[in-house]
Amino acid sequence: MKRKLVVIGAGMASGRMLEQLFELDPDAYEVTLFNGEPRGNYNRLMLSPVLSGEKTYEDIVTHGDDWYAAHGVDCRFGEPVVRIDREKRVVHSNRSSAEYDALVIATGSAPFIIPVVGKELPGVVTYRDLEDTNAMIEAGVAGKDAVVIGGGLLGLEAAAGMAARGASVTVIHLMGHLMERQLDPAAGYLLQRDLEKRGITVHCKGATKAIIGHGHAEAVLLEDGTVYPADLVCMAVGIRPETRIAVDAHLEVERGITVDDALRTSDPHIFALGECVEHRQQLFGLVAPLYDQAKVLARTLLGQEAGFQPVQTATKLKVTGCDLFSAGDFAEGEGREDIVFRDPGRGIYKRLVLENDRIIGVVMYGDTNDGSWFYGLMKDQTDISEMRDTLIFGPAFQGGAQPDPMAAVAALPPEAEICGCNGVCKGTIVQAVQNGATTLEAVRATTKASGSCGTCTGLVQQVMAFTLGGALVEAPSGMCKCTDHTHEDVRRLIRSMGLKSIPAVMQELGWKSVGGCHSCRPALNYYLLAEYPLEYSDDRQSRFVNERNHANIQKDGTYSVVPRMWGGVTTPAELRAIADAAEKYDVPMVKVTGGQRIDLLGVRKEDLPHMWADLNAAGLVSGHAYSKGLRTVKTCVGNEFCRFGTQDSTGLGIRLEKLLWGSWTPHKVKLGVSGCPRNCAEATCKDVGVICVDSGYNISVAGAAGMELKETEHLASTPSEDEAVEIITAFVQLYREHAKYLDRPYKWVAKVGLDWVKERVVDDLDNRRALVERFEISQSVYRRDPWAEHSTPAETPRWAPLADLTLEAAE
Amino acid sequence: MTSFVDIASLDDIPRQGARVVRTSAGCIAVFRTMDDRVFALEDRCPHKGGPLSEGIVHGDRVTCPLHNWAFDMNSGQAQGADKGHVRTYPIRVENGRVLISAELIARRAA
Repeated sequence: MKRKLVVIGAGMASGRMLEQLFELDPDAYEVTLFNGEPRGNYNRLMLSPVLSGEKTYEDIVTHGDDWYAAHGVDCRFGEPVVRIDREKRVVHSNRSSAEYDALVIATGSAPFIIPVVGKELPGVVTYRDLEDTNAMIEAGVAGKDAVVIGGGLLGLEAAAGMAARGASVTVIHLMGHLMERQLDPAAGYLLQRDLEKRGITVHCKGATKAIIGHGHAEAVLLEDGTVYPADLVCMAVGIRPETRIAVDAHLEVERGITVDDALRTSDPHIFALGECVEHRQQLFGLVAPLYDQAKVLARTLLGQEAGFQPVQTATKLKVTGCDLFSAGDFAEGEGREDIVFRDPGRGIYKRLVLENDRIIGVVMYGDTNDGSWFYGLMKDQTDISEMRDTLIFGPAFQGGAQPDPMAAVAALPPEAEICGCNGVCKGTIVQAVQNGATTLEAVRATTKASGSCGTCTGLVQQVMAFTLGGALVEAPSGMCKCTDHTHEDVRRLIRSMGLKSIPAVMQELGWKSVGGCHSCRPALNYYLLAEYPLEYSDDRQSRFVNERNHANIQKDGTYSVVPRMWGGVTTPAELRAIADAAEKYDVPMVKVTGGQRIDLLGVRKEDLPHMWADLNAAGLVSGHAYSKGLRTVKTCVGNEFCRFGTQDSTGLGIRLEKLLWGSWTPHKVKLGVSGCPRNCAEATCKDVGVICVDSGYNISVAGAAGMELKETEHLASTPSEDEAVEIITAFVQLYREHAKYLDRPYKWVAKVGLDWVKERVVDDLDNRRALVERFEISQSVYRRDPWAEHSTPAETPRWAPLADLTLEAAE
Repeated sequence: MTSFVDIASLDDIPRQGARVVRTSAGCIAVFRTMDDRVFALEDRCPHKGGPLSEGIVHGDRVTCPLHNWAFDMNSGQAQGADKGHVRTYPIRVENGRVLISAELIARRAA
């Protein structure tokens, strides 16, 4: 017989507790979950990216309906609990009730509202949950004045989020510097300076006297007489534990609901965790100790021995561009010493607070890379007297030998999170490796670690190496789980064995899967069409949806359509055709892209061929805005109009685009041509950039402006436009023939070296010509408009549904 | 006993590809494998609602185009580390014609 567990509050602490509970013993409890908010558990730490528009609510859901259903949780969302009957062990909400054997209170915290005149005016909000966040978003802050009262973590995140949405934001903070609980004045100053650089006004030592307005907030008045206009006022001065339900039930409550080490309240059947509790006179606001509590409570509920021990936690601010780290105690005091490092030019500040040769506090601003190392020394109370001289410079400067990078990884506890995107912790990866996942690909497949943004790949590999003992078994990882051959080997074997179809490659190279996978099939298709342009026919079904449908799929399954505008030049007639198409097919958004053309977003699949036919009729062709191929050639107006232009950069851009369009490449390729070194076409962060000068053309390659940012490197200079075109064509062909699928040119050049490239496309004239010739052979097949090919009367019906049973049913 | 309704010719669906059938229960993706087997799955990935009909078909699996969740088309179960399930519907091929469960006609939104 399952015991009955009732949980009040579906926040992050109780969510983690339920996860732990179900993992330890899925059959121990029948769970009923009450939540005042009309939804389940989501990641509250991620509200600031939601506010700034970088993420949506859906992106931050931790437990969806499926999860609750799978664990048999009786969800009563939108039902605030109104009473606990301790005698009968029944919980009553506004609509229903539930009996319990064990009750967990996880009501979290409520924002603290300062008692000033005008606090109840419409337009005054708090920043605590999704409702608050949405209220701020819906208020449509763009172009309006917003005042945030409170310059702590939450307040600054709210301020940055609203600033990102275009509000003019003022932060009013009572204390002498921002985030005074986490930062010392020096770091607070740097933070304030960075926020002010982003256009946020900061007013420290500001006490709010009143919020002024008639029927709606209009301004904030400070004690010193300053008035800030405010269409929106966000109160973020602090939180207080939400304890009302516990007080009403006569549980022991101080500032929070009092709990012992096992997280039991004064009633042995009632437990509490999270921001609503007080443990040894301490309250909790950061997530790490709450997760520790969750772990302890899950064990307590299962009758296991467990005790909560609060540890010091570190703080990071989640505001892009403000890099700060803080942990421990940094107040000055007797017997305490400081080690300080400042680099005013770069805005870097680091301070360690020492006591008895131990680190007891860390504050860092501007460069926080070594934060976790210092934090580790602090937590472990390591004696630092030996390394004191170089301590502030971080682990890279300790002792003669390089520090063992494995040591840091080895020291991480199993529950340390490695992959933030997919929430994978060290223990999970270790377990996967021990169960036989010895390649990165295999670890990704079984745990999802490093499978999303990929920035944790290095760390995942270190955990693997540590688990496998010694160096990572770099059995060069295969191109995917279907084969142990690397990309390079497969390409080489396709050439040397004369393999001319995907089934031939899979058969001859011993593919381990039936039809490959979504990762190897597009790569093989590319390698084959690059190797055998005339013989191989493109396999549409091996293409990713965007290339198969010649449009970019959007998150709702609609597509975006981008016609080519050669060199970014268009005509009134083309613009009219685009406008007509946008109206005819109810395009919800028309947007100018960064590549000097126009994006029609939100087109239904079945409308694509019709729209293409209309655009074709006006002479417009596909912009390949979806392809691993030539995207755009961005230009400036050049010497035709510009008083600084040295050459016809527009003309050269158009010439290059007309030459290169339609070609498939290992990854997308973007070009820029600027008419003078002022570089209005931003050519020096493109895959290929041309800067025109009086004496001719400077060609540089291998730039990047995406996940990484990299300036191009000089490839060649020539006085002749024809030679410039030839060199660029040869470069693109060399890239097509040698790069690994999905390596942008900058990655490929980094592997082979720029000198190797120069030798082949600049110095060796015969080789350059041969490359251009091979490019032309390929272009004889691929330099054509896919939109025209797919909008014929025979093709068009294939874009519509195969059958419509809703119509048949109606008949 | 499931009864079936003729919806199309097998040749209307590309090998290693899919087409969509509109029903009152939502869109159904009808897949055809390299070896001419057919599968009918709800055209909606349980992760973020991606259209599975636009995914790459490999063997008897399909990978969602939005975030690469892979599903076994026999069972509709997500593969690898992802947990989720897509509804499958009875479907078969007879004399080059594709027949799908007639339930999909019957089930109308009232």
